[in-house]
Amino acid sequence: MNAEAVVFWVFAIVTVGSAAVVVLSRQLIYSAFALLFTFFGVAGLYVLLGADFLAATQLLVYVGGILVLLLFGVMLTHKIYDLDLKAETTQVVPGLIVAVGLFVILSATAVRTQWMGLVRPPAPTTREIGRLFLGQYLLPFEAASVLLLVALMGAAMIVRRRRDA
Amino acid sequence: MIGLQHYLVVSAALFSLGILGLLTRRNAVHVLMSIELILNAANVNLVAFSRFAAGNLDGQVFGVFVIVVAASEVAVGLAIVLTLYRLRRTPNLDEADILKG
Repeated sequence: MNAEAVVFWVFAIVTVGSAAVVVLSRQLIYSAFALLFTFFGVAGLYVLLGADFLAATQLLVYVGGILVLLLFGVMLTHKIYDLDLKAETTQVVPGLIVAVGLFVILSATAVRTQWMGLVRPPAPTTREIGRLFLGQYLLPFEAASVLLLVALMGAAMIVRRRRDA
Repeated sequence: MIGLQHYLVVSAALFSLGILGLLTRRNAVHVLMSIELILNAANVNLVAFSRFAAGNLDGQVFGVFVIVVAASEVAVGLAIVLTLYRLRRTPNLDEADILKG
């Protein structure tokens, strides 16, 4: 087992294990902190895949933005002394059946298919991604910026307190 | 040798865990976290195919778009959850039945 395999397995175990904690934990705040490790593990997988720009973006946007937002969500929707988290889980058995079945089908497909194609040697990606954004993918890039603006305004509009209500 | 299949299996595990959380948890913030897991699984797939099968960077560009959509989704979703909490004093999704006829 070479070094790459060791690092891959470490990141894979961290990612999947903490994702299991996210889903199965009884306390919501533990889930939020386990989500931190999931995001770090996925960023490590990106680094192993040679996606340096995407790994940095993952850390900045997910850990710096989305996770903080979710922590605010946890804190604003729960009282700190609210210990009885009743009715947290429903439909455990059907959910388990669907999830396990899905995992078996997906991983069997992934393992048994003969994947072919070119392997891209690891190289710096930031310059190339910038070129793609301002060239081939210019229209989706602009649409994404409009989407961010709309989401920002929409979120502010939804949570504001109405004076007439 | 670590190949495409390894990454795909990890991504399938992440996706299935996200689906499990989506189906079994009734807390709105918990459901948002599960959706983040699913989006991350999709992203791992895109980047893995970009590395092992496509030979170019299109997958990574789509990964950036997925992150953008995830950021706006969680902002709007959290706004809705907070408004719901203000109206109903509960983050439980089963009690969010105001629109039910």
